Amino acid sequence: MPKKVVSGNYAAAYAAKHARVEVVAAYPITPQTSIIEKIAEFIANGEAEIQYVPVESEHSAMAACIGASATGARAFTATSAQGLALMHEMLHWASGARLPIVMVNVNRAMAPPWSVWDDQTDSLAQRDTGWMQFYAENNQEVYDGVLMAFKVAEHRKVNLPVMIIESAFILSHTYDIVDMPPQEEIDEFLPPREPLYTLTDFDNPIAVGALGTPADYYEFRYKIEKAMEEARRVIKEVGKEFGEKFRRDYSQMIELYKTDDAEFIFMGMGSLMGTVKEAVDLLRKEGYKVGAAKVRWFRPFPKEELYKLAKNVEGIAVLDRNFSFGQEGILFNEAKGVLYNTDAHPIMKNYIVGLGGRDFTVSDIKTIAKNMKEIIERGKLDREIEWYHLKR
Amino acid sequence: MNTLNTLFGEKKAKAKKLVFKSVDEYPEVPLTLGTTLINFTGDWRTFIPIVDESKCVKCYICWKFCPEPAIYIKEDGYVAIDYDYCKGCGICANECPTKAITMVREEK
Amino acid sequence: MIEVRFHGRGGQGAVTAANILAEAAFLEGKYVQAFPFFGVERRGAPVTAFTRIDDKPIRIKTQIYEPDIVVVLDPSLLETVDVTAGLKEGGIVIINTEKSKEEVLEKLKKKPAKLALVDATTIALEVLGLPITNTSILGAVAKATGIVSIDKVEEAIKDTFSGELGEKNAKAAREAFEKTVVYEL
Repeated sequence: MPKKVVSGNYAAAYAAKHARVEVVAAYPITPQTSIIEKIAEFIANGEAEIQYVPVESEHSAMAACIGASATGARAFTATSAQGLALMHEMLHWASGARLPIVMVNVNRAMAPPWSVWDDQTDSLAQRDTGWMQFYAENNQEVYDGVLMAFKVAEHRKVNLPVMIIESAFILSHTYDIVDMPPQEEIDEFLPPREPLYTLTDFDNPIAVGALGTPADYYEFRYKIEKAMEEARRVIKEVGKEFGEKFRRDYSQMIELYKTDDAEFIFMGMGSLMGTVKEAVDLLRKEGYKVGAAKVRWFRPFPKEELYKLAKNVEGIAVLDRNFSFGQEGILFNEAKGVLYNTDAHPIMKNYIVGLGGRDFTVSDIKTIAKNMKEIIERGKLDREIEWYHLKR
Repeated sequence: MNTLNTLFGEKKAKAKKLVFKSVDEYPEVPLTLGTTLINFTGDWRTFIPIVDESKCVKCYICWKFCPEPAIYIKEDGYVAIDYDYCKGCGICANECPTKAITMVREEK
Repeated sequence: MIEVRFHGRGGQGAVTAANILAEAAFLEGKYVQAFPFFGVERRGAPVTAFTRIDDKPIRIKTQIYEPDIVVVLDPSLLETVDVTAGLKEGGIVIINTEKSKEEVLEKLKKKPAKLALVDATTIALEVLGLPITNTSILGAVAKATGIVSIDKVEEAIKDTFSGELGEKNAKAAREAFEKTVVYEL
């Protein structure tokens, strides 16, 4: 299989090309811009046949993707932070109209103060828009994620959009080896889209965006939730098929690393989990019984997997590169909620790390491990939420 | 009134209100949730437009302007109004260059 | 794992140098990672870029604080930047300069185990007609460190720049490889 040394953004652009995307509508924003620049280059060089729609804002970018997707086309876009926030209204529209659009969001901190660096709050703030969310650990997962995203999104029982999320700079501008399967194998894995409906079927005209009175709206919301539940199964199926075809298995919505005999684990999402795995190996050499759980899919949330995992450990250190003001880290919040009505109640502590691109290192993880070990020995939390890097 | 002799013809005759009794009956996607052909808005009217064919020059300006649309073109080329839907807004009468349409107070 | 830090000025191609070194090591069959210092770079301002090279997949996603190798693209940086900050014991420093070993050592805060000097600016001006030293300096990296061969450096340069541009830049790297002087300290 051909391997290339590419940035996370180029991995995303190659994946869009290899997925045979038909329409791209996008607006530039750091650190996303090189994704759509690369796609424009593919088109200019005649390497890809894509209808590229230059628009005046992210709101319009998503609106154009919605229009394209409603005609049955495979539509793709990319954005970051403020751009994603501006898109917010249209995100609801895409999922409500059940359109399998795929978007790469490069996690970037929300201003002010202005920041272009990594932070998950931008995408997590879109939690309730009905988009599936996949957090990539490395450039390979960005590439694989985009290919799988279309297959999951377009599954006839799902029909919901997917956001593939990568870290600003840490992935977007970092060069790494990405294995790209031959086009014919990708085509086999991801055949052309078979839309549920299309605006261009003139023999069967339809109205999109119909009024849903109180007598009908409720049922359509329920249908979206049913599709999300269906997506849990489809994600695992597609992940397994991907593994069989391309030798990288994604059948687990939470990737487990050395958790079998772990006393406590680190749980988090995205690129920081690569560093965590490295730290787990070093900590194990020092006698710590630790593991790592990387939450790949945040929506739909992997409830079952989390329960099974939580049943077998004494503690979970939840690493959140995000924060919900007035409450706590968002993954921590979700994980606690899932476990409340179960018999799995490990000690859980929330570490707020890496906001706005603050470097989160192996030695930081070792410090957290020490703290977790003390908490478990004492059987009691010192505090529930720790702003780990805070200068005091 | 012969309901078939209208712009919507048989479609209008067959139009039915969609009623979904259980969630499974709903379409997967919120598309075309029924039809407005079942909404007879003609009784909203106070003034009714009357076409004088001796003045009509078949320019179809009224047909283009009708917001409903409730104006259709007959086989003989003259325009007529589907009174089941016409709300009596008077735009057709206002736009008509030959004053072939007049608005008349309607007693019900 | 070998960690390399490049020091340059915005526009000199330090980030591209880090990427090409990664590409060359990849061609040698290694696992690689290359990234810029995640700043807001401007032309002329001091910039840093990094390359990691290993025999196994690289999972770590943090900045580099203790490099094995430091590469300096612009001699004037020695006046303002502590280029040897965090340099590991036994580390290598590679500098684009016209100056002598003694003059350079005077400016370094920490003495490396190995120092390699090359006048990459002159080579770049002669071969490319531009003072862009990122490809020439990679010839010096191949000579001084042996982590990549000059053949793979040339191949990686040609992969990055197509046509005549690639040929010229590869030639600049080859010349720098031949002219680099390495001192064991």
